[in-house]
Formats: sequence, C-alpha cells, structure tokens
Amino acid sequence: MNVRLYVWQRATAAVMAPLVLVHVAIVFYATRRGLSAADILGRTRGSIVWAMFYGTFVVAVAIHAAIGVRNVLAEWSPVSERHSGILAAIFGCCLLLLGLRAVAAVVLA
Amino acid sequence: MPTDTIKVAIWRGGADGRYQRYEVPLRQNQTVLDVVTFVQRHLDPTLSYRFACRVGMCGSCAMTVNGRPRWTCRTHVSKVIRRGRIAIGPLENLPVIKDLATDMRPFFEKWQKAKGTFIPSRTRNDPTELIAPTGAARRAADAAIECINCGICYAACDTVRWNDAYLGPAALNRAWSLVNDERDAGNVDRLAAVAASGGCHACHSHQSCQEHCPQALNPTASIAALKRRTMQAYLKGEIEA
Amino acid sequence: MMRLAHRAGVLWTAALVHRLSGLALALFLPLHFLALGLAIEGEARLEDFLRWSDAPLVKLAESGLVFLLLVHMLGGVRLLVIENLEWRDGQKQLATLAAAVSAVIAFIFLARVF
Repeated sequence: MNVRLYVWQRATAAVMAPLVLVHVAIVFYATRRGLSAADILGRTRGSIVWAMFYGTFVVAVAIHAAIGVRNVLAEWSPVSERHSGILAAIFGCCLLLLGLRAVAAVVLA
Repeated sequence: MPTDTIKVAIWRGGADGRYQRYEVPLRQNQTVLDVVTFVQRHLDPTLSYRFACRVGMCGSCAMTVNGRPRWTCRTHVSKVIRRGRIAIGPLENLPVIKDLATDMRPFFEKWQKAKGTFIPSRTRNDPTELIAPTGAARRAADAAIECINCGICYAACDTVRWNDAYLGPAALNRAWSLVNDERDAGNVDRLAAVAASGGCHACHSHQSCQEHCPQALNPTASIAALKRRTMQAYLKGEIEA
Repeated sequence: MMRLAHRAGVLWTAALVHRLSGLALALFLPLHFLALGLAIEGEARLEDFLRWSDAPLVKLAESGLVFLLLVHMLGGVRLLVIENLEWRDGQKQLATLAAAVSAVIAFIFLARVF
C-alpha cells in the first residue's frame, strides 16, 4: 500500500460514508413498507437522482473494495503484492460492470 | 522446607527449536531477567540471552514473556506468572540467532530505509541553530524522540508479521520525529521513503505498538501524522507514488 | 514452530472486524448487483426475488448485512478521524461504540421486519 492507493481508498471511503447512511435509511424504508418490485421500479425508473446517487456509489465501492481486497490478499495469502494488485483490479472491474448494470437495470426503462 | 518454584519454559535453538522446561526458585522480588539469569548460571550454561543495564534504560533484554514482548528486567514475575508457569521466548518478527537472542539487523535496516537518520543542514562553521522547545514542531519531535530501539513495538506489530516490506512502528516513529526537526534537511527523501510501498500507509492502527511500548510512545499517532504529511506532499506534487 | 501469542485486545479485534466485514461485503456485493440486475428481465422476475427475500432466514441474513455495513463504515470513520485529525485517546471506547451502534441499528432492522 503506497500513498497513491491510500489516497484513492480513503477518498472513496469519505465519499461513501454519507452514501451508506442514506442507503441504510432507504433499506429501512423499503423493507418496512414491504415494497413490491413495481413500487421500487416506479420510483427508480427514469430518475436522474437515483442514477447519480447509486452510480457514484458503485464507482466508489469498486475502487474502495478492490484496494481493500488487494491488501488482504497481499497480507493474508501467499500471493505476491504485484499479483494481488492484478487480481484485485480484475475484481474491481467485475464490481464496476455488475454494479453499473444493476443501476441501469433499475433506472433505464 | 520446600521452597516455591516457577515452572519456566524457555525457547532453545533457532527457528526450528523448541521450548525446554526448567524449575527456578520463586522469590519475593524477582524479575523475568532474574529467572533467565538463574537458569544460565545454575541450571544450563548453554542458554544464550541478551541484557546490559538491567535497570530499564537500554532495551537489550526485550523478550516474549507469556506471549507479549516486554523488557524482562522491568517485568516482575508476580505480574506475569500464571498458575506457577512462565513461557519465555525470543522477540517475534525477527530471525532467531539462538535461544533468546534475535538478529536485530532487519529492524535496523528498516530504520535506515525509512530515512531515520538526521541529515544536517549546517556545518560546524555555521552558528548553532536555536530551536525553541515550545514550538509546535519541536514538541511533536520531542513526543516521539525517546525511542531506544528495543524492538518491542516491532515484535508486537501484526502488520510487520503479515507484510515483509512494512518498515514498522519504530522506524516510522523516528522518521516522524525527524520530519519535525527543523534543523534536518532530508525531508523530501524521507517523505518519499515513508510514502512508498511498505511505508506508513501499510499501518492498520491496531495500536499494539503503543500498547506495548515501555517508553509510553505512540507510534500509531506518529504514523497517522506521517500519513497526513505524505498525503499533502503527494497531492502537492512534492513526492511521487 | 514458535507458539504464537494471543495478543488480541479491543483494537486488534476492531481491526479484525473491520477487515472481515469488508471481505464479507465485497463477496456479497456481486450477488446484490446480480439480484438488482434481475430487473432487466422484467418486473416479475424482480418481484419473485423480493418475495423470496421475505423469508425469515433471509431477513436475518439481511440484518447481519446491515450490521456488517454499518460496523465497517463506522470503524472506517474512526480511522479517517485518526488519520486526518489530531490524535485523540479513547480509541478502545470509540471502537466499542461503533460496534454497539451498528448492532443496535441492525437489531432494530430485524425487529421491524417481524
């Protein structure tokens, strides 16, 4: 872990802290109401706010989780630091793709 | 009249050694160093261990006592003995030379790698630079300066255990005290050294270093401050990743 | 092999919880994204999934996830404070508080869905 990776990991963490609070509030709201898929998609379809909120969340978490996974692999597994970085980058890309796909799934008509 | 004894397990051999058991008389006022010394003088002269001052000033007698790194000359038996037993081993995270003596070279090599040495900005021909002890930088340097390189923080640190490249709490703590030394001229290289892989950013703030330091130093705080300083330097383009 | 010491204290445990929660969340996220992605196949598909997730065991798992997310975030905020502001003592108390708050909120989540 060097200063560059550190800055990216801590910056995405700082961005996500308030997003997590909002997300937990949304989760509480959705589960209380027993919202159906129709209810949910009715709110998210075509919503710029939804797209931006969760789009930002997905990008940030892909970067943050990838760096975290890199550290865990490098420290707790026999994988070298260099290979940990490669595996983690692949993981980050998967998260980014799946995440943006999910955002698109609920936002796009 | 039967006297009380301590059942002591002491590490013998190198990395592939084993614990060997001894019985040592329990005394009212006794340190773990006294116990080790008794074994070497009366039971087994082949036992190897280090000590020097025996009064808690030099840090040479640091060993692992019942799983924790401690100065053995400042550890009373009564504080650590459990059901009549004590286990004594060499400091962890360092190669074992023999028995209780470790090879401190990796520890000092990392000290050098962290640029933990003073780089003068003046010569003997210049007037002495006057530094007020009350300045913020001097107070920060003084808070970190009492390290005597005993290696306990290094032995206590799990990040050192998990990451071969990690410079460790002592080296980084010294780097921080020098960063605050206004007479020092080596900060660009020093910040770059501690900002590289294995530097201050590898610290997870477990605080095992701070918890075990016999000098009551706080390397976690020093390392956190280094993180701030290197981040600023990086964002300003003064150092590169 | 040298006997490794049990050195765990509050802060070491906090770091372990932070790491394990992060790993668990990282492993969960692809599944979460795939579930949401069901909406691509149409509303009915997502609805089926949501009704499946009404099951008590799933709700229990979800409250576990709420705990993991909160404890990871609050523990992370504690680190951001250590790393960006002046040093403050009382880290053990702060770490314990983070875990306690997370547990309480996760419990409230669980209580509300039953």
